[in-house]
Amino acid sequence: MTFKREDGRKVDEIRPISAKVGIIPNADGSAMWQSGKTIAIAAVYGPKEHHPRNQRDPEKGTLRFNYNMLSFSVTDRIRPGPSRRSTEISKISEWALAPVVMLEDFPNMVVDVHVHMIQADAGTRCAGINAAAMALAHAGIPMKNMVSSIAVGKLDKTVVVDVNKHEEDYEEGEGSTDIPITMTPDGKITHIQLDGKITKEQLMEAIEMAKKATKEIYEVQKKALKEIGK
Amino acid sequence: MTSDRKIIIPGEVIVKGNDFLPGEGTEKRGDEIVALKFGLAEESNKLVKVIPLSGTYLPRRGNVVIGKVESVNFNGWSIDIGAGENAFLSLTEVPRYVNKDGLEEVMDVGDMVVAKIWTINKRGIDLSIKSRGLGKIDEGIILKVNSNKVPRIIGKEGSMIKMIKDETKCNITVGQNGLIWIKGNKIEDELYSKKAILFVAEKSFVSGLTDEVKKWFEEQKK
Repeated sequence: MTFKREDGRKVDEIRPISAKVGIIPNADGSAMWQSGKTIAIAAVYGPKEHHPRNQRDPEKGTLRFNYNMLSFSVTDRIRPGPSRRSTEISKISEWALAPVVMLEDFPNMVVDVHVHMIQADAGTRCAGINAAAMALAHAGIPMKNMVSSIAVGKLDKTVVVDVNKHEEDYEEGEGSTDIPITMTPDGKITHIQLDGKITKEQLMEAIEMAKKATKEIYEVQKKALKEIGK
Repeated sequence: MTSDRKIIIPGEVIVKGNDFLPGEGTEKRGDEIVALKFGLAEESNKLVKVIPLSGTYLPRRGNVVIGKVESVNFNGWSIDIGAGENAFLSLTEVPRYVNKDGLEEVMDVGDMVVAKIWTINKRGIDLSIKSRGLGKIDEGIILKVNSNKVPRIIGKEGSMIKMIKDETKCNITVGQNGLIWIKGNKIEDELYSKKAILFVAEKSFVSGLTDEVKKWFEEQKK
């Protein structure tokens, strides 16, 4: 493959990643995830009493995810506060995490997950999910498994892993396609989105690439969590 | 598995094989025992369990807890014990006659109480104060530590808390929810005791903690 990426990465190479757990002392669980220039911080509160009362579920607990991009996270200041985009990503991330969190263990209660992007360079929802998964584990919430998330992209006709903002804006040929995928370490998909055009064969290739990349991410998450217990 | 404890994350396999039983915070998948929580994996008598290192307090039946009266109802008190929901203390737990209009005279909003968790069911948590050492707190100081550090503060068979009690001449009640009530004759004793407990909580990951605290007490005496 002769495709050349502007930052010199191979097509299946992810950006440098780092993680830290326990960054917010007041939260029940917290974590930071950095992927290249994208930095996300997550804080988990609960399980706690669910308000408003009418939204309570006596069968199982509720997971509330709040994604927020801080106004200084991008080069052009963005208007602070909830937007159409952030509400959508909050819901998507909530669905990505819900299958692994054992909500049936705390009926009538709620777990709040707050994710803030302090620096954004594409792949923010993936960074948010990675940080949130670590923060949930740190908060002592029962989980079936961890989840790791990565965005696979198609630039013109080449499938590449972990696109950055510059690549996301690629416009030559077929343009760019963004496919964020969230997986458990045993390869089960909890979330997949697709924005653009892709053939079935290339989608399968993208999923295989994501499987490989999420393995690397899982190892970093695991290491960060184990460090805090020492 | 080796006898020393290791840190485990959700979804990680603790042990393989059918010789073990899954305990608290674990699940059996096929012939593997998998962790469901982040914490220390421990095995005793073929029972594998995970001791959580962080997170909120999970109420258990029989736990002695310290709570704050949140509201007074017609037949009892609603008490905040730091769990996800409030606990209920019934009027019938008070051993003497109480006028139905005068519940505030026994315990008012904001009062602290030592109680035992009697039952936990779908409707909520019920408390009891019908035992020695339980009831309303009149004087002393209360401090809060992370509920996961309570076992370290108590120590093996109460060795740690007994040492602090003897050294500071205070009466200490440790609630499983992380609230600690200290009552001494002098305020200086109480503050000394508080300092000691905070030291233990801070050093909770150190092994051989009892000796460390013994040393700390000797240093303080100088």
